[in-house]
Amino acid sequence: MCGTVKGLAVNLLKSLLDKAVKSNPVFGLMLGLCPTLAVTTSVKNGLAMGLAASVVLLCSNILISLIKKLIPKEVRIACYIVVIAGFVTMVEILMKALAPAEINNQLGIFIPLIVVNCIILGRAEAFASRNGVVASIGDAVGIGLGYAGVLVMIGAIRELVGKGTFWGYTVWSGYSDAPEALAAPATVAVLAPGAFIVIGLLFGLFNAIGNRRQAAQLAAAQPVRFTTSADEKAKGASAAEPSAQ
Amino acid sequence: MHVGYVEIAIGTILISNMVLARFLGLCPFIGVTRRTSDAVGMGFAVMFVMTLAAFATSLLYKYVLIHPGPDGFNLLVALGVVKEMPADGYVLVLKTVSYILIIAVLVQFVEMVLRKSVPVLYKALGIYLPLITTNCAVMGVALLTTSDWKYQDAPLSLGKAVWMGFCGGVGFTLAMILMSGIRERLAVARVPKALQNVPIAFISTGLMALAFLGFSKLFGIEL
Repeated sequence: MCGTVKGLAVNLLKSLLDKAVKSNPVFGLMLGLCPTLAVTTSVKNGLAMGLAASVVLLCSNILISLIKKLIPKEVRIACYIVVIAGFVTMVEILMKALAPAEINNQLGIFIPLIVVNCIILGRAEAFASRNGVVASIGDAVGIGLGYAGVLVMIGAIRELVGKGTFWGYTVWSGYSDAPEALAAPATVAVLAPGAFIVIGLLFGLFNAIGNRRQAAQLAAAQPVRFTTSADEKAKGASAAEPSAQ
Repeated sequence: MHVGYVEIAIGTILISNMVLARFLGLCPFIGVTRRTSDAVGMGFAVMFVMTLAAFATSLLYKYVLIHPGPDGFNLLVALGVVKEMPADGYVLVLKTVSYILIIAVLVQFVEMVLRKSVPVLYKALGIYLPLITTNCAVMGVALLTTSDWKYQDAPLSLGKAVWMGFCGGVGFTLAMILMSGIRERLAVARVPKALQNVPIAFISTGLMALAFLGFSKLFGIEL
């Protein structure tokens, strides 16, 4: 009994991680780029935006998977947009009431702009409209985690490099006896150019890891091919070489 | 600061460029800038829809969503839906929903009209038109022109809102054309494998944004 529960938990965690990392909305699928760059000037902003988008994603996934049979196929996109816009409005009002004023100011128009975030519409069309409620909740949590994770990561890098702080606490404010480049935090990282360059480099890192993994898989597949072809020769088969892979 | 037509133009095209400073419309910016011809097509489609959207949403905002003032006109009151507009905010909640619907309808409408009356243009814009519904630059301009966020004499008047929509489109097109030129050169350059295509596009956008940062506070305009 305990074992199955543990197995279930492990499976659940694995599929969540799979969604968050492998089909990461930003680096894997290239969706939702605008807020990813615009609001990640600090960890706090990144987290606030990530949570807001995840809540909308969760709610819209649940509702759409519940009413998927009622929606006529021809107007489904319009229906999804209305559902999403409704939840975005709720989140907007909630944020105005609960979140600190500075966060509301800095997120500005990007909270209402969640409505045109392709991640949410994409999940509604690709997942929630074809699967049950529980699976849709899992999907939303996984994708939401991946998205919020990326936002927090970019926010942390930009805040550390640009302001020398983390979550508002000072980590470093420059070394006075260091070369000029390290004498003070590089403000450009919190400005617009920094956002583009940071995400470009992170994208490159993601690709590099992906490439390396692919190369490792190829290398692992290689010996198998050789042994099979050797076996074939040993058997004296004159047929064409088996195309492994 | 007084926000006039010239200030809006310089502010939205150069200082706070839609793409390079405001981060709006990044998906098409990265997605369809591999060829200059595509970038120009998308840019003009967005410019067209953005101007119309700014006009439509500004009208909606002024005459439906907000309290019109002592003897102003409000459509909901005129049609008898409500006797009197409730105090600020109760109808305004519907801003996000109504804007996205207006934009979606507008894009559909433009598509139909173009297909009937200007088939050449329709063919040229082709697949870009339906994509514009989920272009956050269009929605972004609509929200910017009708919010009091950052502007002193905002929400902008109808004429200024339309002008800002048009200038936003011009700024977007400018960024698209510049980027497509860079990417056509990058396609034949030697780039490390991991940075090929999208990552290097982002990094060169960063350098371009750095150049546009030089426009900040141009002629003392802050937008």
